Amino acid sequence: MTQLDTNQPYALVMRGIVKRFPGVLANDHVDLALYPGEVHALLGENGAGKSTLMNILSGLYRPDAGQIIINGEPVTFNSPRDAIRRGIGMVHQHFMLVPTLTVAENLILGQDDIGFILDYTALEAKVAELSQKFGLAVDPHAKIWQLSVGEQQRVEILKMLYHGAKILIMDEPTAVLTPQEVEELFKTLREMAAVGHTIIFISHKLDEVLEIADRVTVLRRGKVTAVVDTAHTTKAELARLMVGREVLFRVEKKPANPGNPILEIQNLNAKNDRGLPALRNLSLTVRSGEIVGVAGVAGNGQVELAEVITGLRPAESGKILVHGQDITNKPATAAIDRGVAHIPADRTGVGSAPNLYLDENLIMKSYRHPPISKGWAINLSEAFRQAVQLIKRFDVKTPDVKTPARLLSGGNLQKLILARELSREPEAIIAVYPSRGLDAGATEAVHRRLIDERDRGSAILLISEDLDELLSLADRIVVLYEGQIIGEVPPKDELVDEIGLMMAGTKIQAGD
Amino acid sequence: MRIKIEPRLIVPKWMSFLGLIAAILAALFFGGFLLSYGGLNPLVAYRQMFTDAFLRSYSPSDTLVKATPLLLAGLGVTVAFRMKLWNIGAEGQLLIGAWAASGVALFVMPPETPRPIMLLAMGVAGFLGGALWGLIPGILKAKLQVNEIISSLMLTYVAILFNNFFIYGPWSAGGFGLTRSFPRTGWFPRLLDFVDFVPAFRGMTAHIGFLIGLVAAVILAVLFRRSKWGYELKLIGDNPRAAEYAGVNLARHIMLAMFISGGLAGLAGMSEVAGVVHRLQENFSPGYGFTAIIVAWLARLNPLAVVLVAYLFGGLLVGGDSIQPAGIPLMIQGIIMFCVISADLLTRYRIRLVRPKSQELEALDTEVTAG
Ligand SMILES: Nc1ncnc2c1ncn2[C@@H]1O[C@H](COP(=O)(O)OP(=O)(O)OP(=O)(O)O)[C@@H](O)[C@H]1O
Ligand SMILES: [Mg+2]
Repeated sequence: MTQLDTNQPYALVMRGIVKRFPGVLANDHVDLALYPGEVHALLGENGAGKSTLMNILSGLYRPDAGQIIINGEPVTFNSPRDAIRRGIGMVHQHFMLVPTLTVAENLILGQDDIGFILDYTALEAKVAELSQKFGLAVDPHAKIWQLSVGEQQRVEILKMLYHGAKILIMDEPTAVLTPQEVEELFKTLREMAAVGHTIIFISHKLDEVLEIADRVTVLRRGKVTAVVDTAHTTKAELARLMVGREVLFRVEKKPANPGNPILEIQNLNAKNDRGLPALRNLSLTVRSGEIVGVAGVAGNGQVELAEVITGLRPAESGKILVHGQDITNKPATAAIDRGVAHIPADRTGVGSAPNLYLDENLIMKSYRHPPISKGWAINLSEAFRQAVQLIKRFDVKTPDVKTPARLLSGGNLQKLILARELSREPEAIIAVYPSRGLDAGATEAVHRRLIDERDRGSAILLISEDLDELLSLADRIVVLYEGQIIGEVPPKDELVDEIGLMMAGTKIQAGD
Repeated sequence: MRIKIEPRLIVPKWMSFLGLIAAILAALFFGGFLLSYGGLNPLVAYRQMFTDAFLRSYSPSDTLVKATPLLLAGLGVTVAFRMKLWNIGAEGQLLIGAWAASGVALFVMPPETPRPIMLLAMGVAGFLGGALWGLIPGILKAKLQVNEIISSLMLTYVAILFNNFFIYGPWSAGGFGLTRSFPRTGWFPRLLDFVDFVPAFRGMTAHIGFLIGLVAAVILAVLFRRSKWGYELKLIGDNPRAAEYAGVNLARHIMLAMFISGGLAGLAGMSEVAGVVHRLQENFSPGYGFTAIIVAWLARLNPLAVVLVAYLFGGLLVGGDSIQPAGIPLMIQGIIMFCVISADLLTRYRIRLVRPKSQELEALDTEVTAG
């Protein structure tokens, strides 16, 4: 273990942190030391204990042992408020804003000394000043639900700055952002670091870590395995430190051998949650044995497309056929029973039931049919047996099948959903951001699984914002812009710029 | 010194159980003040209540009589609450169930109908009456997103007036607020009917309704645990969007749950008129449908626990009858509910007193805990 040099002027030191959960040692004597003005990345496999460590730092959990020292002074936190008072702010993996309140109202929530009458002008002045200083443009009067994910994140950051955070923790902030938004976020982070804020940055995207961080602490199974300068390391080395073996960033695959059309979408129109057109006259066919990638900036109809196909959102007009059978505006079971798997974009809000056990989460799609169903009843022992197998096969890290899903780490929850959706030998797979939140090793495993499914004959619609993922998996790529497919390109690395342009709305005849 | 409230991450089972016990003790404690304010010695009054409710030879029978409607309606509430559908209109569904059963007994079936058929017809009518009354807020919620808390509660007042119209109007016996008595074939068998075989049953009015409730509780327990429907209820209760994603038809389940929930409350009403009052009359229910909410909640929506809690609350009502002024048992019930909800909150959150400390002290504190 690295010995900390306590004479250094660290902004923050965490020393010997231990945190045990029933059946898991999430943090095992972790040391972490940060300089003022540093961007420090925390890397580690799914379930390595990153979020736990940060939850301790932000006062949400109490460590079983260990010490936190801020500017040379030992502190104890009994609640997030204590941490905020000491200048520590955390932007969580899942945002914690109140959707029906305005930006300004969210900022003052949880503040001790707001007094009885709110001084809105002063508040807005402060918000404007902070936004200006760090390039965090948001309208203080807007309601949270009206904002895009990227804007909501800006509000979270503003909130922390408003409460006087000097040490800012960002738990997988880029997982939900578009590439442009990531660039903006990085600009903000750099500006904050320049004026002496310390930033802890968690991400599974190694390129990002190399771009933004000064140093990296790598965690594996709750222990620190390395602390490295980004100036002296590579993507491959980081991956090896994390996973303990070499990781392939691009999986091998044979050329596709497309068969019959399985999923046919004809002239589809649909609205989004706000009643505005989300899909316009969209037509697309996915054949057996091919992966069709859908590229596009988030918010151009991706989620709506997946929802209409799987029966979760009504189609205004147009048709959806699976194996030639019309399932347009049929209940969700029509798609499920025809073997359409759906990996949803929102794993906590849609893809899982937080308080149900893992086996109960795993039968969500299969409980209607044997062997899980037994007449009117559910075969509980069969469900348990299958769950044990799936958890092993898909490498979901959990102490026990009878664990509520909410206690899984972000990446392990995603693996649980993948296990449920991919294990049923689906005819078609609608995969929305399937590797979001997964570590490098797990991403590789998922990519391999998707390709195996393709080779087995499944028709796969892969919706992703990650161009690397699309280029390495897809057999052809269509670009979605404002609810329309504005072009199709073959997945060739040299076409990245064209795809980028098309994602921004420029129609070009790429390739061929 | 400041008071801080913070959520607990994990609530152990024993803690919520202890919370319940503490809540009931606290309620009895505060109830004691009420009793002494009413001029009674609380200890004497409680002993009197306890003896009447549980220790006399008639106690089990009397307590069962009061427990029966609580059990059936409590099970009804449980069904809806399981999927976080807040049906608080069980009282209204109970009243309509009683009305429908009375109508069948008095005006539809001829008085000489054999008893099993008569009772079956009344039971079906009672269930359907309550079920349809529950279905109204169910449909409003499923189709128009109308808040079921308000609609089901409001319909309770409609039900009271609806019943009053009949018992003072077309069904009234001599202009009083009651109907004429049912034919004997519309009476539930009671223990005292078997006095020829078991002499000890003399004067015991417990009726078959409790057995019906017991069977319903066992069926629900099995359904909740083993059936697809029970799984779907749990899924909807935990995350409705995930349930939709799993292919569960939310609207249909809302309507079905309200139908069954109301039906069980309606059966409670039927059992009350067939087993106890033998006619429809004003105020025959002292708010059983509302107490049923407390019962279901205290039982943590577990149907078998509902049986036990209903019995205890039956005891509270019986014991309450033996003390004056009569409002006190109702107040104690209210206090129990209040304490139970507080206990729930207290087990989910932690309240701490924090002293503002000097920096040195705080640092010292850290050294000690980190030690
Ligand atoms: N509140 C909790 N109760 C029980 N176990 C928990 C709890 N929180 C986390 N764990 C477990 O602790 C381990 C570490 O989880 P943590 O969320 O810190 O991982 P992570 O490094 O953030 O992973 P990911 O990259 O997947 O987000 C996991 O095995 C997880 O299941
Ligand atoms: Mg995490």
